[in-house]
Amino acid sequence: MAHSARRDCPELPDFSLLKTLARDHLIYLLEQLPGKKDLFIEPDLMSPLDRIANVSILKQHEVDKLYKVEYKPVISTSDQLCFLIRPRIQTVKWICDVANADKAAGKCRRYKIIFTPKKFYSCDAVLEEQGIIGDVTTDEWSFYLLPLDDDIISLELPEFFRDNFLAGDQRWVKTAGSALHLIHSLYGPFSKIYGIGRCSKMAYESWREQVAEGEQRAQKAEIGKVFLIDRDVDFVTPLCSQVVYEGLVDDIFRIKCGCVEFGPEVTSSDKSMKVMLNSQDKVFNEIRNEHFSNVFGFLSQKARNLQTAYDKRRGMDIKQMKTFVSEEFKGLKQEHRLLSLHIGASESIMKQKTKQDFQELLKTEHSLLEGFEIRESISFIEEHINRRVSMLESLRLLCLLSITENGLLPKDFRSLKTQFLQSYGVDHLLTFANLRQLGLLVEQQPGEMLTVMESKVGKLVNDKTAGKLTDAFSSLARKSHFRALSRKLNLVPRSDEEYDLRVPRDMAYIFSGAYVPLSCKLVEQVLDRDGWTGLEEVTKLLNGHEFAVTGNNGADSKAKGNAQRIVLVMFLGGCTFSEISALRFLGREKGFRFIVVTTAITNSSRILESLLDNHV
Amino acid sequence: MMKSKADEEEYWNSSKYKAFTFDDEDDEFSRLKESKQAVNSIRRLVEEDDDEEDVEKISWSGEPVGSISWSVNETAASNQRTDREPAFPKINTDTSTTNKSLSGYSLSSLFKGKTKGGNFQQFTDSLTDSSLRLYAPELRKPKSEYKDYISDWSPEETVQRMQHGKAVSLEKFRSLQDKLLLLDFSVSANDGNVITAVLIYLKRTLSKEVLFRELQSRQTALRHLICYLRESRDHRLLQELFRALGRTEDEALLKYKEHLSIADENKRRDFLKSCLSLPFSPEDLALVQDHYTLLERQIIIEATDRQAERGGKLPTKTMPILNMSLITTLYYCCFYHYSEAENTFSSPLNVRHTFKISEKQFFVTALAARAELKEWSDVDALFTCRNWLGFTKKKSPLSFQRVVDVLQKNSAPTQVLQDYVALVDDAELRITLAQKHKCHDIVINTYRDLKDRQQLLGYRGKVEMGSAEERKIDELLTNQQIRWKN
Repeated sequence: MAHSARRDCPELPDFSLLKTLARDHLIYLLEQLPGKKDLFIEPDLMSPLDRIANVSILKQHEVDKLYKVEYKPVISTSDQLCFLIRPRIQTVKWICDVANADKAAGKCRRYKIIFTPKKFYSCDAVLEEQGIIGDVTTDEWSFYLLPLDDDIISLELPEFFRDNFLAGDQRWVKTAGSALHLIHSLYGPFSKIYGIGRCSKMAYESWREQVAEGEQRAQKAEIGKVFLIDRDVDFVTPLCSQVVYEGLVDDIFRIKCGCVEFGPEVTSSDKSMKVMLNSQDKVFNEIRNEHFSNVFGFLSQKARNLQTAYDKRRGMDIKQMKTFVSEEFKGLKQEHRLLSLHIGASESIMKQKTKQDFQELLKTEHSLLEGFEIRESISFIEEHINRRVSMLESLRLLCLLSITENGLLPKDFRSLKTQFLQSYGVDHLLTFANLRQLGLLVEQQPGEMLTVMESKVGKLVNDKTAGKLTDAFSSLARKSHFRALSRKLNLVPRSDEEYDLRVPRDMAYIFSGAYVPLSCKLVEQVLDRDGWTGLEEVTKLLNGHEFAVTGNNGADSKAKGNAQRIVLVMFLGGCTFSEISALRFLGREKGFRFIVVTTAITNSSRILESLLDNHV
Repeated sequence: MMKSKADEEEYWNSSKYKAFTFDDEDDEFSRLKESKQAVNSIRRLVEEDDDEEDVEKISWSGEPVGSISWSVNETAASNQRTDREPAFPKINTDTSTTNKSLSGYSLSSLFKGKTKGGNFQQFTDSLTDSSLRLYAPELRKPKSEYKDYISDWSPEETVQRMQHGKAVSLEKFRSLQDKLLLLDFSVSANDGNVITAVLIYLKRTLSKEVLFRELQSRQTALRHLICYLRESRDHRLLQELFRALGRTEDEALLKYKEHLSIADENKRRDFLKSCLSLPFSPEDLALVQDHYTLLERQIIIEATDRQAERGGKLPTKTMPILNMSLITTLYYCCFYHYSEAENTFSSPLNVRHTFKISEKQFFVTALAARAELKEWSDVDALFTCRNWLGFTKKKSPLSFQRVVDVLQKNSAPTQVLQDYVALVDDAELRITLAQKHKCHDIVINTYRDLKDRQQLLGYRGKVEMGSAEERKIDELLTNQQIRWKN
């Protein structure tokens, strides 16, 4: 709260327009199918849809009943069925089954599939194979972007991560390009675009083509600069435990589409409560970016203030009381309610974190980041696996160990893998194969020792080695050069210095002062330098694919000022709340405002869960 | 309700990031509790009209409808074309294995010549983009949009039309060369959707052998085919593809994965047995072998235990064993069959030897199982070993701190806990643990041994008034023989 914020941060554009556009388009599509109809909605689209339309809007457009897509036989009696789905083969197959079953039963219905944001050819192929083209009509709902908050916009595509980075399927590249294009046409023109990563480059190209083909209205730019970054440029950051309030809430309660469900242990009643977490919540807004250790102090201060405010009514006469009730009371009441919710949440976080020796966990993470006491960390991880504490936590620590150490020694790798499979099931052989493919959990190859040594002593890999590494890139796995990067960019502050978490001095505060998130550091450096000049060694360690381009309207818009200080950072493959907090901090320090666009909000559990393969 | 300001300052000043603790119940947690009480005490005041109107809820609440003002066409029509020049330069997205230009090429280097605040270079053409240019000198011009009655699109134009979701016919691409050209253009357009569409066509019109052969040198396209086959669950073809590519491990894993969809345990076991002939790496093969042996054994134990249950020889079990992990199985055995002789399948020792479970793993699991049953004598026996003189002594492959943790989670009584807290080597850690688990004797003795009079005095305030602990502290404090250090 004691941020030395610059006062001149520019205002953010209004993104509610994106919701209106999406809603109107949906209504338009529903109207294309006149008459009463039942609507089947893909489960992952329910929450996003909630933010955009509501039941009465759907009802007004003759939607009769709403169902969740569950791959079960349909019980609807309506003669028109409408399906709102993501373009996935399994879902389309199920719809084909529904239609074919109806045919067999002699039932005559109309079917419409609305794909969002786009239909894929593979879905069409299924419709053709199943012989129901003609019975089924299709449409596309261009719902690309959902504003989750004033400065967060999500594509709500968690599968982007696995599809693109694990499987190497580029089907979402164009979607990312179109999303960027939509923002550009509403809030552009952009003057400068920076980026790093394969996918970022492709998304940029896709966007550029769409701009070249489409038409741009002459308008005043509201967003000046854009930074595109692939998630696989930095895996360390999302794998660290989050200790900033919003991140912690996400790690523990899972924020879904900007909304969290607090259970009875938080609400101190017998029912759960769904709460929107965004800047509208005044209490939350003040603590969301704070390190958890500051949250208690803030909440108790707030509680005391509230007490005082309520106490004012003592000794009031009737008239004063009336004004109090009509003017202040409602606000106080709301604040009171929010306050008790967040106190409940903090309490619950404390309880959970104390239970699972969080302290030691953090210590291990910090050691890994520093490259210090690695043997101790390994035995901590081993014990963690032996005690079967939490499968995801064990996996997370293993990955963090592998990325920071540039792979595990063969002996350690085998022993830890065996123990992991013994604890959590041999099925996870498949998970390990995925993690290796992605480069998240690998064994050091003989002959790599040199590179490891080099990065340990902080020397840079020379061109030849870097070339050799890129050669080995027929798989998508990335080599991590975390140690060298960390030294180059000064990501791990010296641990013998005091770090006052109440007055953060850099972005490291989001990890208790132990580590500056690599992703956000890159953003800072590139903005400072207006490009990648001087960062050649860093980009080499990151396997290249960096770019910085200027639009031909760049020169004159330089003068335009405010828009140039609004920077859109697009994370391809997801970003964490901690990273958003770090960028907000950076913005306050440098007088920027950041808008985060992400394919989805992610955290360590979501990343790892998407890579688990021990299920059908 | 708060600690004094000075106290708080001191806490913060003395703390580095590592000092922040979630365990510190005395401090932050109680502050939080107090705040909660404070807030709750105000609750009465607001309860009368507690209509929850202010809480934002996520529901399908009725909200006035917005007008349908927008459609895709309208937006496009209202826009004006302002700029015919390409506004942004093209960059190289060719990410295939050709990396000859990669090292020397960096976009940022193009910016070096830029004068500050002055003109920006146009470098639409400044990039050499070898592979792309070879086939596609005009790739980005949408000229194809103006002729749409004939179907003699070039491969390049076809790909462009597909990118825009326009109707195309692929049937005319019949020669292998045309097909591959089509594929290569789709790959260089970076549009996964189009790549997959072309692959579906190639899969239909080319023999597997030819398709697989051509994909070997086209990694991006290959990955898309693998994805497509996975998504459409065409495992047979995928299997063949992996075999043709010599990706034996992928082939083995894909086959192995099928066991997950076999519900019947006997069939699953037989299937796992058949997996042993798959081309796994030696290490993985050993693990799959273990998987098979484990399931086989689980089936036997399950059958035997069911029978024993029916005969009333065993209490009814709540814990499942089929398809559980090895360690869960060991836990089960430690729970129900702890003292069985080693020659039975369900004996923990037998399990341990069959699967070469490490001492630590065995120890942790046995400890947790016996502690859960509150069999403290078994717990005790786990640690006890005799030295050559016949003295007993407690040893553990696990740190005693961790042991205490396990015991405490299984709600061991203080008497049991303190035996193990006392064995923690580090004095400071011992005190922390002892305080946490209210093992007063250990705290007091440790302070005595440390000759820390101040701490002991402080601790006097934390024990119950008039208790034996308080008396003990008083005795120590008045003991003239101790040379306190403070």
